[in-house]
Amino acid sequence: MTDRRITLLFAGITSLTLLTLVFIIGYVMINGLPGLTLEFLIESPREMGRAGGVLPAIVGTVLLTAIALIIAAPVGILTAVYLTEYTRDSWLPRIVRFGTESLAGIPSIIFGLFGFLFFVIYLDLGWSILSGALTLSVMILPTIVRTSEEAIRAVPDAYREVSFALGSTRWQTVTTVVLPSAKPGIATGIMLAMGRAIGETAAVIFTAGSSLRLPRSLLDPTRTLPVHFYILAREGISLENAYRTASVLILLILAINIAAYTIMDRLAKKEG
Amino acid sequence: MIEVIPEPMGDIETVKAKDSAERNNNRIPERGSAVKIQVRDFSFFYGDHQALRNINLEIKRNQLFTIMGPSGSGKTTFLRAINRLGDLIPNTRHKGSIRIDGVDVYDSGIDITELRRNAGMVFALPVPLPMSIFDNVAYGLRMQGTRNRKKLEEIVEKALQDAILWDEVKDRLSDNASRLSGGQLQRLSIARVLALEPEIILLDEPTSGLDPISTFKIEELLWKLIDRYTVIMVTHNPLQAARIDSDTAFFLTGEVVETGSAYDIFTRPKDKRTEDYVSGKFG
Repeated sequence: MTDRRITLLFAGITSLTLLTLVFIIGYVMINGLPGLTLEFLIESPREMGRAGGVLPAIVGTVLLTAIALIIAAPVGILTAVYLTEYTRDSWLPRIVRFGTESLAGIPSIIFGLFGFLFFVIYLDLGWSILSGALTLSVMILPTIVRTSEEAIRAVPDAYREVSFALGSTRWQTVTTVVLPSAKPGIATGIMLAMGRAIGETAAVIFTAGSSLRLPRSLLDPTRTLPVHFYILAREGISLENAYRTASVLILLILAINIAAYTIMDRLAKKEG
Repeated sequence: MIEVIPEPMGDIETVKAKDSAERNNNRIPERGSAVKIQVRDFSFFYGDHQALRNINLEIKRNQLFTIMGPSGSGKTTFLRAINRLGDLIPNTRHKGSIRIDGVDVYDSGIDITELRRNAGMVFALPVPLPMSIFDNVAYGLRMQGTRNRKKLEEIVEKALQDAILWDEVKDRLSDNASRLSGGQLQRLSIARVLALEPEIILLDEPTSGLDPISTFKIEELLWKLIDRYTVIMVTHNPLQAARIDSDTAFFLTGEVVETGSAYDIFTRPKDKRTEDYVSGKFG
């Protein structure tokens, strides 16, 4: 085949991928956006979600995801630093890597079950934002460790050598040279992990519950946007509101992504 | 302080003549007398592979010492043994001793960060740390704990002047260092080391990636540095060793084949292998 034909073939396959994506998002948006009003965003649901809005679910989703990231990101990044900078070429990173890869492949409902048994019942945190966030943090931890590790490994050894040769300690080298260089890769990993956490349903029903009320503390139960439209659709309460909720979730993810990349761009430019 | 020569071009002989005139000024009376680095029966291993075999060398204070040899002869390994950068590679070990002012660098009581500040290293490939020009030069000092901005500015300016880079970068110190050219980057690497006011400077093929003019600037700089430092330079290029014309050791397959002044090594090599190398039969 000529290069031209191969280019066309690849372009065709790529547009297929793109079309699927556009179709799914478009379908949800066409069904969800028309009825999407400001009231829907700032009101609490009434009649089990048949009427009213989704404010508590937005709050629940944001809180759950944010807390999960606040717990998992530092732990994950420090684990990656330990594995790459402190235990190179030993058996430990290999075992941890095998463990994290296995964990990444486990269905989320297993994490839900674990979270239910451990956080909700054993630690007696009940169905709560805290239980849900802890469960999600366990779930996304492997993603963060793995991507951070890749990003840190990609930092040229020459940087480390220069830093050591100028009399810095290993920790100084990590904080002043390695992590700043690995920052874009680590940030991408955290965004991926956030995407996984924000759309999670199964693990959240088990651990954060499905309360419709606006949470007053981290020990209150809550309902996230995916759980909300799952219940709306499955129990036949309101398909229209299910689509609206789904559109809100997509817009929320879009907004967070745009915000994150804008911030990263600004930071990168500032450092020139 | 070393003055900046406004016109960097000029032939090596005049630079050296000027330099030896300075030497006669008796500014540093102990030059060339006291032994700064003494290497005794030193061997170095990467796992089962022996990279250095019973090296014996003496390098005098405020001397420019050249180590030449082909790739794989152990020159870089030796240089990295002096500041213990070789330690960073797992499964390495050594035998024998390297003493700086009588103290073995492999002594258990040695502060390695202090050792590395005292024996600063310039690498073959000039790597800018991912930060500004100023921050690159101030890096070692900051890691040492110097926070005083005014003091940092003073030392950075002096180091850049001594590395003959100040005039080219003084107006853009906050630019990212990666924007410098290869030759400028190598002088930045030297400034980065000078800022720490070491006693010894180790240069690992500092000109291997540079054009002739940049190479000349670095070589010229070496002769100025020995006013205050003991300088060891590694090169795989016999022509460069001849041009620099300092005391020289010829390394081959992890051994020191011959030491002496470059003049003697190039005109009256004692060993057949040295003769083959300097006459360009291999390398």
